[in-house]
Amino acid sequence: MGMTVAQKILARASGLPAVTVGDVVEPAVDLAMSHENTALVINQFLEVFAGTALEPRVWDPSRIAVIFDHRVPAESAKTATNQRKVREFVAAQGIARFHDVRGDSGGICHQVLAEEGYDRPGAVIVGADSHTTSHGALGALAFGIGATEMASVWALGRAVNVQVPASIKVALHGRFGPAVSPKDAILHLVGLLTAEGANFKVIEFHGDAVAAMPTSGRLVLCNMTVEAGATSGIVPADAETVRYLREEAGVTDPLDLVQPDPDAEYDRVVDIDVSALGPQIACPHTVDNVKPVGAVAGTKVHQIVIGSCTNGRLDDLETAAARLRGRKVASGVRMLVFPASWRIYKEAMRRGYLADLVEAGAVIMNPGCGCCLGVHQGALGDGEVALSTTNRNFKGRMGNASGEVYLCSPAVAAASALAGVITDPRQEG
Amino acid sequence: MAKVVYVVGDDVSTDTIYPGRFMATVLPSETPQFCFADDKAFNAALQQKRLPPGGVIVAGQNFGCGSSREQAASTLKGHGLTVVARGFARIFLQNSINLGLRTVICPDIAAEAGDELEFTAGAVRNLTRGREFATVPLPPARQAIIDAGGLIAYTRARLLAAAGR
Ligand code: SF4
Repeated sequence: MGMTVAQKILARASGLPAVTVGDVVEPAVDLAMSHENTALVINQFLEVFAGTALEPRVWDPSRIAVIFDHRVPAESAKTATNQRKVREFVAAQGIARFHDVRGDSGGICHQVLAEEGYDRPGAVIVGADSHTTSHGALGALAFGIGATEMASVWALGRAVNVQVPASIKVALHGRFGPAVSPKDAILHLVGLLTAEGANFKVIEFHGDAVAAMPTSGRLVLCNMTVEAGATSGIVPADAETVRYLREEAGVTDPLDLVQPDPDAEYDRVVDIDVSALGPQIACPHTVDNVKPVGAVAGTKVHQIVIGSCTNGRLDDLETAAARLRGRKVASGVRMLVFPASWRIYKEAMRRGYLADLVEAGAVIMNPGCGCCLGVHQGALGDGEVALSTTNRNFKGRMGNASGEVYLCSPAVAAASALAGVITDPRQEG
Repeated sequence: MAKVVYVVGDDVSTDTIYPGRFMATVLPSETPQFCFADDKAFNAALQQKRLPPGGVIVAGQNFGCGSSREQAASTLKGHGLTVVARGFARIFLQNSINLGLRTVICPDIAAEAGDELEFTAGAVRNLTRGREFATVPLPPARQAIIDAGGLIAYTRARLLAAAGR
């Protein structure tokens, strides 16, 4: 029986010729990423060593990445103190892939791993963040774990007790219509599969629409696979993967473009014709509550957010800037833009996108998670409605349990910012 | 016997169990204060210890979906709660096993707040309603972590074994 990409990667990393769905393996970890929650990882890591008389040293500092993004700059004394502890630990352990709060590098962890060239096809990547699924965009098997499990990885260099997951094959065909993008495809897919439809499974992407899609779009797809419960999303590595890693991320070492076997077994096969797809929107309060945007067009919005690890990349800012150039954000609407990294921020500055957005009335925030997780930089007032290009709309997600969050593409967000109500970008004049 | 203290539906996210705005608080000793913080009545009942010890939360499908934040497991564990759900989201279930939060997968569970439950090998008995519901056992590999007393103890034992101690 042939193997899926996930099976091949787990077999290689576990030193086995082959693995079957359901096997329990202990893959060697190629990259272990954490963000501010590194403070908790450190606490648990030191607990592991407590009373052992062994010196607490991470297994391989070159395979660890630490990125501050969730609460930057620190929103509270508590966060600032946690960040300080992390800085000291990272220095003591010799962890070089550390991205602190500064303007010349860094950003949201999932963008930084890709653009710094830390991601590799065929790699096992674990992250103390659920959207670690993003890195499957570059052909890796990447999944989220908790802080204690990360501490265990730091100690052992392996993820213990990984059950080989089944895979769902999702093929996207056709060409995206005007104002329709990979975000609409993944929202549609999450709606189709439901919030738990891919729980404990991997979503492997195929089809001509994926082959033609740049890495930025593949990151959107893989990022949100976790919203269907998936362990990982994977785009098998191809020419675009090589182009991105060589030309944009500066990677020079050999790449292992792991492919599924032709007779690999899939739990389920889903075909989607993206040519027939219009703009989608996930309505409060679950990500699988997906409708065509027309179903809620006209809904008044108070806060528009463009950014996050899902849609804060250069092409997203370009889409927004093109719509807002020379025009104005509707009064009564606040528009917040969070570029996903400082590299993106600087390029958007050079190309004039940031100026276009500011002139239109948007507020450009520093790269980072911003208001996505509801800690700072843009909470909702009681009863307020947000329209956001982020990936979660759970009750309370944007800092207020009485607020509502709708999720959409940058084109929908920008068109709605001009109108002040949810708007189909194909209809906006 | 254990009393059902809270009943929730499907897709209860980690943002509901432990809202993101409290994420700067990370230590298991400190997270219990923010358990289900947006449900002020339940949170207050937990904080003021007005609920019987060893209480049970009964949930629907996909409990704990969303973020990998471990606070969602440690906040429940801190109150000595057990979660009986029709299904759990992957990362939450793993975090619960790692931290020693008692979770029971029970695909057909039906119970109301105040019901008395009894846990047996392979089933949950709802004594109040006189019904019994089969449970799904954890895979042996996960059970090994529970048996070791959680992932910290498990990893410590592995490290010591590797160091030949
Ligand atoms: S941008 Fe939002 S979803 Fe992405 S890593 Fe940050 S908090 Fe998580």
